[in-house]
Amino acid sequence: MGETLIRLRDDAASTAPVVALADLASETNATAVRVLPGEDVSALLPLLDRLELVEVAFPAYTDGRGYTSARTLRERGYTGELRATGDVLIDQISHYHRCGFDAFLPNQPITRAAVDKAIATWPEVYQRTVDGRAPIWAARHG
Amino acid sequence: MYQYDTHDQAMVDARVAEYSDQVARRIAGTLTEDQFKPLRLKNGLYLQLHAYMLRVAVPYGTLDSRQMRMLGDIADKYDRGYGHFTTRQNIQYNWIKLEDSPAILADLATVGMHAIQTSGNCIRNTTADHFAGAAADEIADPRPYAELLRQWSTFHPEFDYLPRKFKVAIIGSETDRAAMKLHDIGIQVVQNEAGETGLRFYVGGGMGRTPMIAPVIRDFLPPLQMISYLEACLRIYNAHGRRDNKYKARIKILVHEIGADAYRTQVEEEFAHILTLNLEPPPAELERIKAQFVDPGFDAAATDAIDLSDPDFALWVDQNVHAHKAPGYAIVTVSLKPVGGIPGDATADQIRLMADLARDHSFDELRVSHAQNIVLPHVKKSDLYAIWQQLDAAELATANLDLISDIIACPGLDYCSLANARSIPVAQKIAQRFSDIGRQRELGELKLKISGCINACGHHHAGHIGILGVDRKGLENYQLLFGGSEGADTSLGSIIGPGFSEDGIVDAIEKATDVYLAKREADERFIDTYRRIGTAPFKEAIYG
Repeated sequence: MGETLIRLRDDAASTAPVVALADLASETNATAVRVLPGEDVSALLPLLDRLELVEVAFPAYTDGRGYTSARTLRERGYTGELRATGDVLIDQISHYHRCGFDAFLPNQPITRAAVDKAIATWPEVYQRTVDGRAPIWAARHG
Repeated sequence: MYQYDTHDQAMVDARVAEYSDQVARRIAGTLTEDQFKPLRLKNGLYLQLHAYMLRVAVPYGTLDSRQMRMLGDIADKYDRGYGHFTTRQNIQYNWIKLEDSPAILADLATVGMHAIQTSGNCIRNTTADHFAGAAADEIADPRPYAELLRQWSTFHPEFDYLPRKFKVAIIGSETDRAAMKLHDIGIQVVQNEAGETGLRFYVGGGMGRTPMIAPVIRDFLPPLQMISYLEACLRIYNAHGRRDNKYKARIKILVHEIGADAYRTQVEEEFAHILTLNLEPPPAELERIKAQFVDPGFDAAATDAIDLSDPDFALWVDQNVHAHKAPGYAIVTVSLKPVGGIPGDATADQIRLMADLARDHSFDELRVSHAQNIVLPHVKKSDLYAIWQQLDAAELATANLDLISDIIACPGLDYCSLANARSIPVAQKIAQRFSDIGRQRELGELKLKISGCINACGHHHAGHIGILGVDRKGLENYQLLFGGSEGADTSLGSIIGPGFSEDGIVDAIEKATDVYLAKREADERFIDTYRRIGTAPFKEAIYG
């Protein structure tokens, strides 16, 4: 596959086996989980404290359900690694980042420099999300 | 009207840079066409039958003379000297070269314009009442809310890859001039019994293959919660809207399948959570925007008297001029539907003339209407004759607003890669058959809408008379619908029987209008008579 993991975090990457969302409740030692499009991340909310890695799969980059999954997890307090995997392309990186992803495992390798450039695409943003950026309305009104 | 500040301008400039880079990568071959397609679509660039088509956004249909002039200049510089105003209050250019498109966006950015999200499975350009801020029956100007919505939806990171496209329309009058209930979300500014302003949300309407009228999902929302509520509406759709079949992916299908009550419950639950996140712009931001939509300095001495001694002018005033909220002023609609013309098309010179008229006579403002006409919203009645003379000299004074020749038509098979049949020649033939303006006026308000395929860009479901072009064994065939309407009495038309050839559909419409003239009572419109007497007399006359 030629996959290259890019992490925007300083902690060590999880080496735990990644389990399916449906198995997380029964795999009581699991600390890493994979979320597929259409799976409801609200099932993860009671278990957030033990998770260090959530992989959100993008089988096709045009399926945007993973953005909602990611942003929901961050809004509900998840602080571990949030990794976008699959059909992850450079032109969507800034959106991924704004929705809380801090790691990327694309099918086709992309460089760290390209990721940094993509995240810097927008000098400002109109919305408050989970990336900590102040929206334009905040800049206008202090 | 709203003027960009440095923040807005920086966003548009960044988009030009991003898009230019994407085009360069496509031309160099590092982006495949499959990868590039959704990116160019989000900039309104389609590959059509003969060339690229570029759709430029006119947010909520409002623009100033400088922007309008630029639209004319682009038509000359990069296209064939004309542009096409659309049912989404935008403008499309039909003969664009891919390698020119970054330069066009750069030119647009100099006047605060762009093509952001004019296509693709994202939140599209928000539309609004084209008489906003001028109509005599308005509760509140909807455009400050539309501008707030424009900013929120621009490059929204969570909602850029929705199941399908997403269209929002917003109105501030009881009279719906924006077909609001036929949108993914329709928002109406309302007042409650206590006199407080609120927003009523209709969710899950649409045309296309499966037309639906949107149910009310929230009757009254405090305006300062609009963004939070939209976040909730979109999030439920993004998570649960169907992605297995693109023809069942619009929010109307989700709302229909789970039911309006279940959708509402999910939205309210998410909304309660979102309210805890402080995503809403502060009241000061809405006030800042509202301050840019205050009334222009109307002349209190303006008079209502109009010299109607020129009969052609009098006809035009009667047909194309509407009541304005300010004494001595009127709303002018410039018809882009001359007999034999292409509905919605205007030449570069015509576009620049309308820009000049707006600058000199309408406080520098124009509107694009969803019926593919141009509105001069704030015109002194004493200026009307001079304006009419200039329009008339430019073949822009057709006095046919809301008459049978004021046809909405999609580009159809003459341009569009999705179309099954041509729309433009049908519109031209109907306009020619009814070219006598006296005959048209005798028929009264009659909204005729033509789509060249089932996607319904020509709003055929909402026409008093609708025409749907289909492909029947390799031949263009036209189905006839009656009984559609947009606005307060929104209804969906029904196909009345077997389809027709191009000439046959014109004959069928003429027979239908004969039935109407024979059967109408008092001041009934075509649609009223149809609703009263039903399909049978029309079918008998047409097929009998």
